[in-house]
This record gives sequence, C-alpha cells and structure tokens, in this order.
Amino acid sequence: MAEFTLPKNSKIKPGKHFAAKNAKKPRTFRVYRWSPDDGENPRIDSYEVDMESCGPMVLDALLKIKNEIDPTLTLRRSCREGICGSCAMNIDGTNTLACTMASADCASGDVKIYPLPHMPVVKDLVPDLSHFYAQFASIKPWLRTQSPAPDRERLQSPEERKKIDGLYECILCACCSTSCPSYWWNGDKYLGPAILLQAYRWIVDSRDEVTGERLDDLEDPFKLYRCHTIMNCTRTCPKGLNPAKAIAEIKKLMVERRSA
Amino acid sequence: MTAKDLRNPLKVARGLGSSQSGVGHWWTQRVTAAALVVLLIWFVITVLSLLHADYATALATVAKPWNAMLLIIFLITMFWHAVLGLQVVIEDYVTTRWKEVLSLVLIKFLAVLGALASVLAVLRIALTH
Repeated sequence: MAEFTLPKNSKIKPGKHFAAKNAKKPRTFRVYRWSPDDGENPRIDSYEVDMESCGPMVLDALLKIKNEIDPTLTLRRSCREGICGSCAMNIDGTNTLACTMASADCASGDVKIYPLPHMPVVKDLVPDLSHFYAQFASIKPWLRTQSPAPDRERLQSPEERKKIDGLYECILCACCSTSCPSYWWNGDKYLGPAILLQAYRWIVDSRDEVTGERLDDLEDPFKLYRCHTIMNCTRTCPKGLNPAKAIAEIKKLMVERRSA
Repeated sequence: MTAKDLRNPLKVARGLGSSQSGVGHWWTQRVTAAALVVLLIWFVITVLSLLHADYATALATVAKPWNAMLLIIFLITMFWHAVLGLQVVIEDYVTTRWKEVLSLVLIKFLAVLGALASVLAVLRIALTH
C-alpha cells in the first residue's frame, strides 16, 4: 500500500533553539534538519533572526542563519533571483523558491521550512532529485527532427512561437511534482507535472518532427494518466505556470489521434 | 540498509517503457460519466415517481419498454464507470504487484456479475409483466 505515515527513522523530533541577542525585530525560523552521518532522526531547529538586519526574502534569512548562527545548515542556492530553481523548498506549508518568497508574506508567527515533500533527503533542506532529472532525460527534452538539417535556423511564425509561452519558462525546480499526491504515491513510474509540462513543450513546438513518437512514449496508465487533476501543481508553481493545463492538452492530443 | 542501486537513474526512470494504453480507459471513463449525468437524472425522476406506489405499479413501470431499456443502459453504464474508477484507485494505492493484479481482476469479475444479475432482473420483469 501507499505509505501514509512516516517510517520510524523519519519521525521528526524537537531540536535546538538558537535565541537572538539584542534583536530589534526578532522572528523565529523553524527549520528541518537531518544529517546522514549521525544516525539520528530528523529534528526541527528554531533560529531567532533579527529581521532589522536581514534581507527581505526567506533565502536571505537562511543565509544569515548559515553565516552568523549555524554554519552546519545545508541548503542549495545559486542565482537568488528565481531562475535557477536550486532553492526550491517547502516554506510556510507551500513548495516555493526561498529566493522569491518574502519572509513578510509568510503567515504570522514562526516561519516553517522543510525540504521538498516525499523526496529522499541528502541533508537538511537538500532533496535527492536524481530520479526527477532522469525522468526529465527520459522524455528526450531536445528538438528532434527527421528532415536534413537546414543551412539556416529552423523558422517558426510568431503564432507558433506563442504556443510555447507558459511552457519554456519552467525552471525544473520540482516544486510542482513534489506537491502532487499522485507523484508521492507513484513517482517511480508517474512522470509528474514538471516533466509532463516539459514533454508538452516539445510536443507543441512547431519545429519538432517526432510528435507522434513523443505521444507514444507518454501513452501509459502510469507515465501520464496518474494525473487526476488535483491541481496542486498549478497552485504551487513559483513561476505562475500551469502544468495541469499542459497535461490536459497532452490528454486531448491522445484522444485526437484515435477514433472516438 | 538496502543494497545500493547500481543501475543508472535513467535505466530506472525508463523502466519497461510505455504500455501504449490508457487513453481508451481515460476516454471511456469520461464518456460513461457524461452518459450517467443524463441517465441518473432520468433514474432519480423515475424512482421519485414511484414514491408511495404499490408493488404492482413499480413492476408495471419497470416493465414499460422505454423504462426497461433505459434502466438496462443505466445499469451497464454505471457498473462500467464504477469498475473504471475503482481500477484507478487500486492502481494508485495498492503497490504490491500480486495484490494489485488480484484486486483488478476481482473487481472486473464482480462488476460483470453485478451488471449481469441486475440486467437479468430487469429483463425478467420486462418480459413477464
């Protein structure tokens, strides 16, 4: 059966509290901590951060914690402007990017920060996304053609180009896939919203010539049809994209190429 | 501690590949759902019209050719739609393969059994009254 409770070694215990000294505007950040090295269960450490001397985003607070309070805190980040997708995590109950989520926009009280849900954890806020990336590779996310390469670029009309708007912006942060219960239960086979949105990005590209093969590869009760239009993906996407709609479009194309 | 998986993640992600099915299931589930909207309205109206009616009136209503036909279509569509929906639930939550296969086969047998029994019941009333 699908697992509805955490295994024994994943049950979260209370952790350490780091109080701030002489803070003018203290705010507490409750952060999930787990290390593969000490054999301990995960714990929640709480850090008091002086928001007076901290940047506006949750990532600023996390980096302030790492720089000034607890250097052992582990997280991924790179661009700090919502384009690399590295700092995707569960903040205030929603999967989002720490760099574009303002601490002030989190619900009042403590800010709760966990790694992306239902993924193996490497350490603290760093999830293991190997399978997610392998699923991305499995849809062959590049322009595939059969006709000989032209002497110049492959042309596309402005209308055709418009069709990949709302798709090409996906940064593969995995917020949507890890918010999807169907991906939690059947992520080993179900491709999940992010990968299906990426698949649709190539299906709908006017320059790609293997549309049918792409649909063939997706036509499967698990790879595609585990989507039950729960819509968590669209609700959580930090880039404001609509993976649920992309999946619906793929399902429409599946019906279009067969007799009703 | 489980043994480390030495396969490349891509090998795992591709698995056994696509089964080239699923669209039929998806489409049939939607078509039966749409049909059930209409059939269910008719069914509820018919049942409500039988409120406080006696046994003979109920039999006579079921025995009317249009009613018998619609009732049979309703029953088949209902069992068909139910088994398609149950199949999704089982595929979602039952992860042990043999239990999954067993329950999928079982619900299909039960659905056919249920549909046959209820259709026969309607036919018996329709043909003898």
